[in-house]
Amino acid sequence: MLSWDFLALQPALPEVFLALSTMALLMLGVFRGDGHTRILSWFAVLVLGLTLLLVLDGIGGTQRAFGGIFIVDAFAQYMKVLALIGSSFAVVMSLGYIEREKIARFEYPILFLFATLGMMMMISANDLIALYLGLELQSLSLYVIAAFRRDSTRSTEAGLKYFVLGALSSGMLLYGASMVYGFAGTTGFDRLAAVLDAGAAPVGLIVGLVFVVSGLAFKVAAVPFHMWTPDVYEGAPTPVTAFFAVAPKVAAMALFVRVMIDPFGALITQWQQIIVFISIASMVLAAFAAIDQRNIKRLMAYSSIGHVGYMLIGLAVGTEEGISGLIIYLTIYVFMNVGTFACILCMRSHGRMVEGIDDLAGLGRTNAPMAAVLTAFMFSMTGIPPVAGFFGKFFIFRAAINAEMYTLAVIGVLSSVVAAFYYLRIVKVMYFDEPAERFDRPIGREMSLILVGTGLFIVFFFPFISPLLTGAGVAARSLFVG
Amino acid sequence: MIVQALAFYMFATVAIAAGVMVISARNPVHSVLFLIAAFFNAAGLFVLMGAEFLAMILVIVYVGAVAVLFLFVVMMLDINFVEMRQGFLQYLPIGGLIGVILLIELLFVFAGWTVTPDAGNVAALPMFDLSEVSNTRALGRLLYTKYIYLFQAAGLVLLVAMIGAIVLTLRPRKGVRRQKVPDQVRRTRAESVEIKKVETGKGI
Repeated sequence: MLSWDFLALQPALPEVFLALSTMALLMLGVFRGDGHTRILSWFAVLVLGLTLLLVLDGIGGTQRAFGGIFIVDAFAQYMKVLALIGSSFAVVMSLGYIEREKIARFEYPILFLFATLGMMMMISANDLIALYLGLELQSLSLYVIAAFRRDSTRSTEAGLKYFVLGALSSGMLLYGASMVYGFAGTTGFDRLAAVLDAGAAPVGLIVGLVFVVSGLAFKVAAVPFHMWTPDVYEGAPTPVTAFFAVAPKVAAMALFVRVMIDPFGALITQWQQIIVFISIASMVLAAFAAIDQRNIKRLMAYSSIGHVGYMLIGLAVGTEEGISGLIIYLTIYVFMNVGTFACILCMRSHGRMVEGIDDLAGLGRTNAPMAAVLTAFMFSMTGIPPVAGFFGKFFIFRAAINAEMYTLAVIGVLSSVVAAFYYLRIVKVMYFDEPAERFDRPIGREMSLILVGTGLFIVFFFPFISPLLTGAGVAARSLFVG
Repeated sequence: MIVQALAFYMFATVAIAAGVMVISARNPVHSVLFLIAAFFNAAGLFVLMGAEFLAMILVIVYVGAVAVLFLFVVMMLDINFVEMRQGFLQYLPIGGLIGVILLIELLFVFAGWTVTPDAGNVAALPMFDLSEVSNTRALGRLLYTKYIYLFQAAGLVLLVAMIGAIVLTLRPRKGVRRQKVPDQVRRTRAESVEIKKVETGKGI
């Protein structure tokens, strides 16, 4: 009766490595205390880098482990690489911040590592239970990190709000998953796909699917489940906000795509209209709601809602081309956001963080390099050629046009015109307004490196296009071949 | 057979009655006590089904830990339950309306209850022959082999919950005198005891 197949850990090697090293670092932190946070953070970055190598080293083709609960394919590999890069950037960006704000406690990098582990488990989930556990591991770590500055009311409020609403969304997801299980008789994605390919889906299963979609839409912060985003982004410590905007988005988006395409691919006519609605609502609401924002972190929250809307176009199309467009968009989004948040983290005057858009006034004269980089990011967010953001939008819209979903593409283009207003206003404030107070300098070596690196990637995007296209194409194909 | 049926009806009736009392009892402490009664009867139902391990877990975990924790919370938090119940009648119509709508929806779902045709073949439960292995062993074999990944993942979630609780609430207090076991062990007789010869009738 007993077989030892369950010990075939090979495909899950990166996750096992990450889990074990995180616990080792936790022990180190417990015995060495808060004084060693900086070195622990660098260790965390090292662990993330090694995990990245292990992910890249993974065997080609689609592999399953733990009796089909866990899947590794080109899509999972690509998304894990992206999530790991995002997390490493976030840990590095936090280094100076947590020391200055006196919240440098050793649990900080550890929680980042646990959240990343949860993300990798989400990306590789091939079963509803595995999906839920990965999601909870990630979310629980994020709730705690959001409230990490526990002496600040805004930070604790952000954490509590995120926790309560996140628990609600998990409840919806679980309710949906239980209905799916009840009607299909299985939680495994492979078997679900087989069952749904075989015959028409009962009503109950579709009700369950709608709940699952709602839960996932909450996790990627798409309208109408976006309400928590601005408050949480504003309240959480800034490097944490940067982390929220990047890595969990990658993981949740990957999970969303896998759940929709793999097990429920046969029901595309059922979920397509929901995704189309969510996508349009996110793009339009984000474009108009962000106009009135004065706080740059809130602005970035609405901006991320809008970007999720654009990415969901790729999912709504539901073809290989659409998914590949989504992957490219997500890649560019990660680098663009890391860069922008690095700029926001450098907005400090007299030793205090400032977050108003007006505080950027005259940056073109007081700190020309930073203003130039931030301008590049804003152009990229808007989607002005030849910077990277343009190509992200281009591939997404082209997929929509090829699939004859013209409405979606037209609304997308129109809302990006509206969104251009608030992105370009930042550029205007930086170059044409009277200088406000200078920001503190120097900004630190890590920050300069991140700014220069992401800035170069965004501005000189041309050489990266073809490798990205190939990578995204392979990743998207692996989803459809199964 | 008849004994089994009688036992079932007894456990079931008491469980439901206790459940009703949980939400209708005026005193929250009584509610928790009724909850414990409901747990005990549910455990009885599990025993009848031959799932003795689950029955014991229910008693140990839910009665032993969760319900007692509830009891502590109810007793320690000074919540005015009478005040909380105010406005109950005010919200009754709208709450009732939502309840009725949900009921109708549920009825629709149950009316359209058609399980996918293939589901039967797919859902072959990985179950052991219970006449050969005991309950606990069967669960353990599944949990530590087929579901090892999920088991470990759940463990990690709990670990993060623990770290989170400590991060958010632990404040190191200064000036607390702690017991230092090594120092205590290292003490020798020579440095802690001094023997004085006291002559009778003289004092020191």
